[in-house]
Amino acid sequence: MVRLRYFASLRETLGIGDEQLELPDGVHDLPALTRWLQDRDATWASALADNRLHVAINQEIVKADASIADGDEVAWFPPVTGG
Amino acid sequence: MIRVQTDDFDAGTELEQLRRSNNGQAGAIVSFTGLVRELNAGEQVTQMTLEHYPGMTEKALEKIEQAANDQWELTASLIIHRVGPLAPDDNIVFVVAASQHREQAFRACEYMIDTLKTRAPFWKKETLPGSTRWVTPETTV
Repeated sequence: MVRLRYFASLRETLGIGDEQLELPDGVHDLPALTRWLQDRDATWASALADNRLHVAINQEIVKADASIADGDEVAWFPPVTGG
Repeated sequence: MIRVQTDDFDAGTELEQLRRSNNGQAGAIVSFTGLVRELNAGEQVTQMTLEHYPGMTEKALEKIEQAANDQWELTASLIIHRVGPLAPDDNIVFVVAASQHREQAFRACEYMIDTLKTRAPFWKKETLPGSTRWVTPETTV
């Protein structure tokens, strides 16, 4: 299982903040997982195509080509605006 | 020390506690307090809600505080950030650096707030009269 998290405006656009799923067959890295999620529908396709999004794996910011393993927590979010 | 909390903080109380915990080692304490602006990008803000990523937020703040302590000789440091619903003029964030000399304290305080703004997973949503909007890095500058 992997845990997927979506925050802020992205969470609102997708209508979901948190989900768990079995890592789909053949998905071992972030680009493949993002593509798999984009195949859900047009909303997912366009929301996750935003190249300003950041991705964290296990709560650490990662690069776009990061690998993903069973048990990981993967989070997508827009640029941060705290402070 | 870092804290993420919904409750308000009192800057004076926090500074006095930090000052006492220094046992006379610090010659300088620099603090930064961030507040909710009533007007942002020309619009009246009636409420602001701060969302965050529990768990990652604390890790990110600890990392920022550690980096400041690695780079400058601090006798104490503190980061407090609020989450949840806030009103105009409310406190949002409090950053403190104490050191033997003022230059180190100024630099460390500035580093911690500047880094927090680009690295810590917080997101602001503003309520305006009749609408809401997510703050973007462009609208906060």
